[in-house]
Amino acid sequence: MSDPIPALPTVDWSYAPSVESTAIVAIPAEQGLWIDGSMVESRSGTTSTTINPATEEPLGVVAEAGEEDVDLAVKAARSAHDSVWADLPGRERAKYLFRIARLLQERAREFAILETLDGGKPIREARDFDLPAAAAHFFYYGGWADKLEYAFPGIEPRPLGVAGQVIPWNFPMLMLAWKVAPALATGNTVVLKPAETTPLTALEFARLTAEAGLPDGVFNVVTGAGATGAALVAHPGVDKVAFTGSTAVGKRIQESIAGTRKRVTLELGGKAAHVVFDDAPLDQAVEGVVNGIFFNQGHVCCAGSRLLLQESIHDAFVAKLKDRLDLLRVGDPLDKNTDIGAINSAEQLERIRRLVAEGESEGGERWQPACDLPERGFWFPPTLFLGVAQSHRIAQEEVFGPVLSVMTFRTPAEAVEKANNTPYGLSAGVWTTKGSRILWMADRLQAGVVWANTYNQFDPASPFGGYKESGFGREGGRHGLLPYLGGVA
Amino acid sequence: MASPAVVEPLSRPVTSSAIRSFLGSVPTVDEVAVSERVAYLATRSIKHASKATALDLAIRMVDLTTLEGMDTPGKVRQLATKAIRPDPTDTTIPSVAAVCVYPTMVPHAVAVVAGSGVHVAAVATYFPSGQAPLEVRLADARAATAAGADEIDMVIDRGAFLAGDHLKVFEDIVAVRESIGSAHLKVILETGELATLDNVRRASMLAMAAGADFIKTSTGKVAPAATRDVTLVMFEAIRDFHDLTGRVVGMKPAGGIRAAKDAIRYLVLLRETLGVDWLTPDRFRFGASSLLNDLLRQVRWLREGRYQSDHHFTKD
Repeated sequence: MSDPIPALPTVDWSYAPSVESTAIVAIPAEQGLWIDGSMVESRSGTTSTTINPATEEPLGVVAEAGEEDVDLAVKAARSAHDSVWADLPGRERAKYLFRIARLLQERAREFAILETLDGGKPIREARDFDLPAAAAHFFYYGGWADKLEYAFPGIEPRPLGVAGQVIPWNFPMLMLAWKVAPALATGNTVVLKPAETTPLTALEFARLTAEAGLPDGVFNVVTGAGATGAALVAHPGVDKVAFTGSTAVGKRIQESIAGTRKRVTLELGGKAAHVVFDDAPLDQAVEGVVNGIFFNQGHVCCAGSRLLLQESIHDAFVAKLKDRLDLLRVGDPLDKNTDIGAINSAEQLERIRRLVAEGESEGGERWQPACDLPERGFWFPPTLFLGVAQSHRIAQEEVFGPVLSVMTFRTPAEAVEKANNTPYGLSAGVWTTKGSRILWMADRLQAGVVWANTYNQFDPASPFGGYKESGFGREGGRHGLLPYLGGVA
Repeated sequence: MASPAVVEPLSRPVTSSAIRSFLGSVPTVDEVAVSERVAYLATRSIKHASKATALDLAIRMVDLTTLEGMDTPGKVRQLATKAIRPDPTDTTIPSVAAVCVYPTMVPHAVAVVAGSGVHVAAVATYFPSGQAPLEVRLADARAATAAGADEIDMVIDRGAFLAGDHLKVFEDIVAVRESIGSAHLKVILETGELATLDNVRRASMLAMAAGADFIKTSTGKVAPAATRDVTLVMFEAIRDFHDLTGRVVGMKPAGGIRAAKDAIRYLVLLRETLGVDWLTPDRFRFGASSLLNDLLRQVRWLREGRYQSDHHFTKD
């Protein structure tokens, strides 16, 4: 077919950097612990420096709480529980939660920048996902605070006491909200231990609770590493332990509280299967798969890290997937156009590299798009592993990074078998146009969440949690109240 | 772009069952996920030099359009004059791609733009409904090319498509293609009447297989006209068709695109779906009228640091 129009040259249009200003964020050079409503120096005297993983530059010094510090925090929480919080009418507690939610919305930009600086996630995600979702959790559980009798009819709900909560570094503010909002709504008081690499937003949130007028001691923060978390979990004054993190640490927590009266919920690792059938909307499935594994650099416990493709569409789908990966924008997390930011820590980068090297030595075919990574900071390109067998470690172990293992199946039953063939069971995804097949799959997949023709959808009203070694207990929804309530059958 | 041998997706003579099987291989579309992707790309922050590049490119991609019953030679001459030099105070502003008019207005447009590089597109084939006998529609297209239009924007028979008579839609397009000689053929799907994105994707493939140089969303006479959701689906169809046949097909969203900001969002969608190979007026057009002045206003803002009011831009 002749083309009558002279070929006009194409324009090599690239996006100029559009970097979010950090001017509105003030990080104190040195911060203590938030105990009983104010920032106090640690008794332990030890500190650590938190850095920006995108540049390796120090952001500030924070305390490492020792046993004595943890003890003070738990006592403050106990005192606040007994003297003010537990017996406050639900409708009064709700006011504080709503106030916190509104303040989070008002200061969302500041918190989003802080989250990106400390954790390496793209500002677009912190701004459009983490902070709005965190505020939504406080609004949602604020709504439950005066309706607990209706949530569980026939039972008089009572708080458990002091909740010791240990959260991970992948979604610091959102995990805080998942833990703190239901605890406060149900009349419990909190001692929170944020992750050692991402303490800044939790400390800023502590100041926000003071701004909201939350009574002293209701919410406390002890920063530090694993030892601090262990001390908190083991403290005899803690009535309820809530942990999100690795399965290995989860198992240690269970051991440490065995034989005590403490209640526990664990939200642990995952190795989710993302199943794509031949009748799926292919281009949207590609987007879903990309979102499933590369969201937050793959630092997501429910990441769809195992792609199960119906064999008949394998080649076409992988071709589309590679085209799509070529377009991902990896780089400065503060650039509003960045899709994939920095790996959270040197330690995590090392773990990803080790597992990828093992995947290659086992015979998996590694594929990565050409992309320029910054020289300083912790970076790993989006990665596909093709020709992966179910028996490869890269198909079994949680990488917690931007690494997708691609496998095939022939029949729906085989897809279910392979999807469930892992010690984990947190989430799964299914792509097919056939509604009946979605229901058939959802009935058989052993996963706390099954997403159909979408992935990574979260809502405060929807419970989240795992099967098998992905943990137990649910967060979110009415179900998320139960782990914090006594007097319930 | 290296162009390997072009493969015809359908062997001739084309039968109804061949078309059914061809369209059966077209992937389905999930509307919710399409909207999510479009919303994601709408957050791209286009600033500074990249905004200037985008605005310049967008101006060069405009098919400056007037399609009214009250169109007159005078109106069309004014529009065509603006197409060549959109901003009389600034000679660095490029010409637009084409003027788009009814067939009767083609000679008046040609008289102005001849030799300027600006094309003349005519909406033909009983635009906008297409509800006329084939010979009438072909005569309409032939008359437009005879009058000097070098681009023909035809409408498909949406009734036939919705009734499942895909062969008729296909054969109509082939007939128009054959009747307009070397003119450039844009095929309007009127996506607002096709209603579902599955239909849009199938109609896109059908039009391309029948010989469209461009596929175009809308006539502008039906709401909704162009949307970014529909445009993304058509881009994906163009990509699939290119992978399948080696043929490059262009895209023209038309109707309802009035703001420069919106135009830039379309370009983001284009860049992140079909890639930089499509960032040329040969492969992408905006069918619009009021968009041009907003693009000019934004250029002025980038250069002078302030917004000018409406009366600094010509109304034609």
